[in-house]
Amino acid sequence: MSHGKSQTQKMKEITGVDPYKCMKCGKCSATCPLFNEMDIKPHQFVSYVLNEDIDALVNSKSLWKCLSCFACIERCPRNVKPGKLIDGARQLVVRQRGADYLTPEDIPERLDPELPQQLLVSAFRRYRR
Amino acid sequence: MKYSYYPGCTLKTKAKDLDTYARISAKALGFELEEIEEWQCCGGVYPLGTDEIASKLSSVRALNDAKEKEQDLVTLCSACHHVIKRVNDDMKNVGDIRTRANNYMQLEEPYAGETTVLHFLEILRDRIGFDVLKKKVVNPLKGRAIGAYYGCLLLRPSEVLAFDNPENPTIIEDFIRAIGGTPVIYPYRNECCGGYISLKEPQAAQNMTDRIMDSAASFGADSLITACPLCLYNLNMSKSGSKLPVQYFTELLAEALGLIDKNEEVQAS
Repeated sequence: MSHGKSQTQKMKEITGVDPYKCMKCGKCSATCPLFNEMDIKPHQFVSYVLNEDIDALVNSKSLWKCLSCFACIERCPRNVKPGKLIDGARQLVVRQRGADYLTPEDIPERLDPELPQQLLVSAFRRYRR
Repeated sequence: MKYSYYPGCTLKTKAKDLDTYARISAKALGFELEEIEEWQCCGGVYPLGTDEIASKLSSVRALNDAKEKEQDLVTLCSACHHVIKRVNDDMKNVGDIRTRANNYMQLEEPYAGETTVLHFLEILRDRIGFDVLKKKVVNPLKGRAIGAYYGCLLLRPSEVLAFDNPENPTIIEDFIRAIGGTPVIYPYRNECCGGYISLKEPQAAQNMTDRIMDSAASFGADSLITACPLCLYNLNMSKSGSKLPVQYFTELLAEALGLIDKNEEVQAS
């Protein structure tokens, strides 16, 4: 993990989150609508940042499960904002060249007549740089 | 009263109903939505990274346009509202974002969050008043048990959106009462529909909207209303046995105000 330190620093800069404020109450995970599908749970994100194990976060499935529904952010009693941490890890991935989770080539097969433009722009904003 | 109006990409295409019924209802209620010229897509989701500036500029342009016209800025789509409201908060309260965005913009006078951002529902509640709206209803939606589907983006994070109580909102229920319907309060009304995950993982979104439909139906709703085109799309993908019809709130508003030809509607349904 030669880049661990700098990745952690980047993560803190992107998110502005102070992971030391977390008191491990678990409310974020309790309220997450996709908790069951996440390999690293919202309340565990903070520990990975504190342990500077950002590689595990950027390789997790959870990045692409988060819906930006802001339930964990709204309900966190300590203003730690786990959803912002997840987005920070996602940003670390999609800011690398060629690491997009969604590409324009993926789109044609996914189109259907009712699909709103909002869905395409939102997915592209979250899944690629 | 004239408002600057930001429709957003989807209201010009797949969600024309949300836009059209709002415009005719506004006219009937005595206010005008003046569309911002050359508005640009808000991006659909608020860029959470504190170092993301360029992706916030389309909102800043719309906000500054309204400021120059000395008008409040009105939105209808939940996503546009969420993004523009949060960018406005950044421009007002986050010095670093304000400075860097203005460095890009090169405006004659820097923008610093002066514009008031209102959702159309907030105009009905705070500027028109639901009591006044009620008096203008000519076709009350009697006997209709309507569930408000709030979703996420109008309510959270409440410290910025300041739209309503994020856990126990009342604005859409009050709206339903004003137009003569009966609001149905159900537990999943502010739970996520799946949002953008429906592009790559439609099954995940469908599981979520199934739960929303089951929840609303079991509490006695016969239909749902929303302000968000993506919520509407995802809700319509539900395969729940208790799937309910979903409409934009503006369509019900126009119907209650007598702006939709009833016979035509009956034929259509």
